[in-house]
Amino acid sequence: MAHTTDSDSLPSRPPPWNDPRIRAIVFQVLVTAGVVAVGVYLVRNLLHNLEVRGISTGFDFLANRAGFAVNQSLVEFDESSSYGRTFVVGLLNTVLVSALGIVLATILGFVIGVARLSRNWLVSTLAATYIEIFRNIPLLLQILFWYFAVFLNLPPPAEALSIGDSVFLTLRGLYLPRPVAESGFGWTVFAFAATVAGAAFLVRWARRRQENTGQIFPAFLASTALLVVVPLAAFLLTGRPLAWVDPQLEGFNFTGGLSVIPELGALLVALAIYTAAFIAETVRAGILSVSHGQTEAASALGLRRSWTLRLVIIPQAMRVTIPPLTSQYLNLTKNSSLATAIGYPDLVSLFAGTTLNQTGQAVEVMAMTMAVYLTISLVISLFMNWYNARMALVER
Amino acid sequence: MATFRPHADLPPPATSSGALGWVRQNLFDSPVNGAMTLLALYLLYLAVPPLVDWALIKADWSGSRSEDCSKAGACWVFIGVRLNQFLYGFYPVAEQWRVNLTIALLVAFVLPLFIKRFVLKQWLGAALLVVYPIVAYHLLVGGSFGLVHVETSKWGGLFLTLVIAVVGMVAALPLGILLALGRRAENMPVLKALCVAFIELWRGVPLITVLFMSSVMLPFFLPEDMSFDKLLRALIGVALFESAYMAEVVRGGLQGIPKGQYEAADALGLGYWRATVLVILPQALKLVIPGIVNTFIALFKDTSLVLIIGLFDLLGSIQAANSDTNWLGFSIEGYVFAACVYWVFCFGMSRYSQWLEAKLHTGHKR
Repeated sequence: MAHTTDSDSLPSRPPPWNDPRIRAIVFQVLVTAGVVAVGVYLVRNLLHNLEVRGISTGFDFLANRAGFAVNQSLVEFDESSSYGRTFVVGLLNTVLVSALGIVLATILGFVIGVARLSRNWLVSTLAATYIEIFRNIPLLLQILFWYFAVFLNLPPPAEALSIGDSVFLTLRGLYLPRPVAESGFGWTVFAFAATVAGAAFLVRWARRRQENTGQIFPAFLASTALLVVVPLAAFLLTGRPLAWVDPQLEGFNFTGGLSVIPELGALLVALAIYTAAFIAETVRAGILSVSHGQTEAASALGLRRSWTLRLVIIPQAMRVTIPPLTSQYLNLTKNSSLATAIGYPDLVSLFAGTTLNQTGQAVEVMAMTMAVYLTISLVISLFMNWYNARMALVER
Repeated sequence: MATFRPHADLPPPATSSGALGWVRQNLFDSPVNGAMTLLALYLLYLAVPPLVDWALIKADWSGSRSEDCSKAGACWVFIGVRLNQFLYGFYPVAEQWRVNLTIALLVAFVLPLFIKRFVLKQWLGAALLVVYPIVAYHLLVGGSFGLVHVETSKWGGLFLTLVIAVVGMVAALPLGILLALGRRAENMPVLKALCVAFIELWRGVPLITVLFMSSVMLPFFLPEDMSFDKLLRALIGVALFESAYMAEVVRGGLQGIPKGQYEAADALGLGYWRATVLVILPQALKLVIPGIVNTFIALFKDTSLVLIIGLFDLLGSIQAANSDTNWLGFSIEGYVFAACVYWVFCFGMSRYSQWLEAKLHTGHKR
């Protein structure tokens, strides 16, 4: 039979203990058995320990009354709120500081990254000094410095540093005037929303026209101008329906107005300054990755310098910059957990700190906390994979 | 007869060469650049003189009490008085020679590895990995060979920072290599999945939650009578955490090795481990040395987080000294001192990695 002759001409199979496939299977079985054994051992210890200490497992504790106050909360929270509510408060505070930090760090990082590449020796040296100083000092040290040495050394409310009679900086935090919408302010909001939609259309139209005819319409400038002018006009036409409530010194502290607690301020400043140093390096690497030939080719085509930057260099630099930029954003989000060192009520400090200590439900609380961070990381890395696949150079 | 006598060479125009030319070309070559230079100079004028004034000119250097400080400038007396604690924590003063000896031994073991012509590198490296840890452990912990036992709760300061950093580095690199190899093992899907899960799990959570885990939760997972040293728990947490990052760096290097290298190793009849150790890893690790050093730098900075679980590393001992009621109000000096120490280590490592990168980047230099 053909089958036998075929297998006769093949080299003989190695003995099973030398066969890579069999070895792979045996090895994997051993590793899996080991992992399962360790897992079972740990879980059995866990269950036994919980029983001995009289801790009940499960998530019922989330409905219990927390009984402590929080110094900053984006949603309503008081001492009668539940432990589940502390999770929400902590999560929102983490999101708040991360979002603000990402915006600030991006602006600062881009400015410094571009300054690092400046032809001006003094400017580029200053930028390099900034980068080398701040990325080589631990973030925790910087957070402690800003909180204990700067924010808590500000004057007390009675001697607050002030700009006009509306912005006050004290060791209790930063106080800003609070805007209060009066009747008719809805028109301004509506005008803004309508302009955003209009600008989106404008940008799409401009891109299509450029692809069809090659003519460039300054869509970015035009839409920025529209976004400022139209809502402003609506605001003025409806008779400026917005009042500002200034913070007032009453007793030992300010009331009214918006307040930013010093913990948030210190954490935000430290996160922004630290992450900006890394973002600057990312931006620099991105711009340098576009070879000089591209600039020369653009000049040969007769493009203006600003167009070269916008149409040739930035699109190519973005491809290199965005993946590490996203991972810096992720780092910033994870680093915001250092809030626990200065008592800003973020997820780790409030939920994995205070709530854990009060309830003793270590396993459930840590699992929930880690799950939040894991979810954020996984979502961002999925986005990154999608983005990389979309942006990858399409070659022949 | 009139002979041709050339004029003496004219000096180059002063505005395009020498110091003035440099200034023109680099600082004032356009109105915008000129404005930026002036702005930068103004910022420097605002920042540097007061800083120098505070840190050096008006600073107090000698004394032993907080009253010796005038408060006009920095009070370095605070650092001087507490220096021993910042360096060694509460390690008994009479025993501190053991710490010094351990560090000196480390330097003595490591330095020859950087000397090109030293021939016994392999033996020395093996001794560093096998003999040195045992010697260091007995020296630092004591309790044998007539040495007094020093509990790890007394360890602190820069010494503790270095212990965590060095142990973390030494443990994270081999673990990371194994994890990276596991993640690349295409013919073992179960092992690969386990490695991917491990790596992504650690990389997805902040180090602080890992340290919380190791200090709060680890006791729950161990038998009742088994109690772990707090420092050891933190070390395990740091090492596992950083090994995941190291694994990703090493994976990058493994991906950079062309397939032909694997095939050539196979053709020579090398088995998996010999092919990996003799052919693949030396090339892969060389590719990612900068990444490895960057991970080391991150690890060194991350060691400061142990203060949150109550260990007194360099930053922790400074934080503790700041709350001393005899020395209130000198926290800036403490933080500046700590920042300088951390900075010197991290900047040194990053410079070394850049130098190494330049040295190893022999392929396509222009």
